[in-house]
Amino acid sequence: MILLLFIFVLAIFLGLELITKVPSQLHTPLMSGSNAISGITIVGALIAAGTGGTFGTVLGTLAVIFATINVVGGYLVTDRMLAMFKGKRKD
Amino acid sequence: MELLINLSYIAASIMFIYGLKMLSRAETARRGNLLSALAMLLAVVATLLSGGLSFQWIIVGLIVGSIVGAFAARVVKMTAMPEMVALFNGSGGIASLLVGWAEYQAEPSGDVFRTVAILLAVFIGGVAFSGSIVAFGKLSGRIQGRPILFRGQHLINAALVAITAALAVLVVLNPAGTYLIFILIALLSLLLGVLLVIPIGGADMPIVISLLNSYSGIAASAAGFIILNNVLIVAGSLVGASGLILTNIMCKAMNRSLTNVLFGGFGATTSTTTTAVQGEVKAITAEDAYFILEAANSVIFVPGYGMAVAQAQHTVRELAELLEANGCEVKYAIHPVAGRMPGHMNVLLAEANVPYEQLVEPDDVNPIMPTIDVAVVIGANDVVNPAAREDESSPLYGMPIINVDEAKTVFVLKRSMAAGFSGVENPLFFKNNTRMLFGDAKQSISTLVAEFKEAIAA
Repeated sequence: MILLLFIFVLAIFLGLELITKVPSQLHTPLMSGSNAISGITIVGALIAAGTGGTFGTVLGTLAVIFATINVVGGYLVTDRMLAMFKGKRKD
Repeated sequence: MELLINLSYIAASIMFIYGLKMLSRAETARRGNLLSALAMLLAVVATLLSGGLSFQWIIVGLIVGSIVGAFAARVVKMTAMPEMVALFNGSGGIASLLVGWAEYQAEPSGDVFRTVAILLAVFIGGVAFSGSIVAFGKLSGRIQGRPILFRGQHLINAALVAITAALAVLVVLNPAGTYLIFILIALLSLLLGVLLVIPIGGADMPIVISLLNSYSGIAASAAGFIILNNVLIVAGSLVGASGLILTNIMCKAMNRSLTNVLFGGFGATTSTTTTAVQGEVKAITAEDAYFILEAANSVIFVPGYGMAVAQAQHTVRELAELLEANGCEVKYAIHPVAGRMPGHMNVLLAEANVPYEQLVEPDDVNPIMPTIDVAVVIGANDVVNPAAREDESSPLYGMPIINVDEAKTVFVLKRSMAAGFSGVENPLFFKNNTRMLFGDAKQSISTLVAEFKEAIAA
């Protein structure tokens, strides 16, 4: 458990170091892209939906639905935005 | 097999880290997003293969979620992007809450560590969810955008947090016998999310969205502590950190501290302190504006939320191209907090195919401002308010702005003389070199475009 906390703290610091200077043009994609990453909770949702009792499965399935919306929607919308940025740089 | 699964989780974590790093640089952003999506896929597949899961409901959930998510991502208009991001963020938050709840339901009598993690996932997830929903309501105009304040708000919030903490202690002490208290905590978290976001005004929305984004990451991390899974902890905390960085960038761009944004109730309380502004407002017709623009050698557009509302970005780009064809140098000055989410203006202008090279940041454009013939302010207000520089009593004082007032001529496209979202008077409108072009921004610019086209045709 201490190990998990250790990983948590290290990952926070890594994240803070990783993204120091972001051009403002990328603020929205960075936000929506990282927002999609927060859908990683889907892993917990899958386990809950696949192992629980009746009510647990209901909760888990709802969690899977919401997490999947977050993941699929988040990545697609980010890609759509970034494709726009890319397209205009050619001309 | 278990080793392979765990190795997949490690690989996914590394891909998330690289993906996020690539996402913060223009050249690699799109590949970074793809890499992080692949990481997500890897994590999901690894989980599905880890064994002991019945797939029936998982498949239903995955299909329903994918259809809804993909549909929403495809049909959303670029102008509606802030509220879409808020909604996606909300669904991540509620998912973490539900994971926490399901885990509690499955095994209420876990150890202290597990119970605390469950409570954190539920609480933070709940705040992120209801906060995002309120943010969505404000951004899409379903709830009034102005701060909603009432007496003792901070006291009530503090009391709610204290009550929640006390209830959480009860649950930790006796996890199995406190189901109702657990539900109460979940409800309190939802209430707190609402109360935390309603006092925040429209112009502060970029900060709040970044912060809520950070919360949903931390909630996912907490879910990782429940199921003892590293990839959730790593990915969640990366999001938490990146959300904090964006929040910080936004706060700096407004010269405000996070506490001030969260507890300030900006805009609702400040209207009495404004000093009387001197001078008179000089209106201009689109026809006269055309003659000035036609003679200009350099023009800077300063877009704000008003451009998004009027959906004027395509018309603006058209005008810019006509100006360029007329031998004029055109740039767009983008303030980091213009609009309702970080980078809002960049997204809109990109949608309208504005060349990337023409977008400049305030620090680059301010030094050359006195050489600019015309600065055209389109639905921006607070980010060009000279009071931020000159008036120490102004609530905006100290906020870095775009110094359009130093340009030779300033056009301000605006519906009426109403103050910006901060509720602060703007002395820019009363300056000698300022001309107000009243009316719908898109309509005004269309008229200018038509004038240019007529002149070319003639």
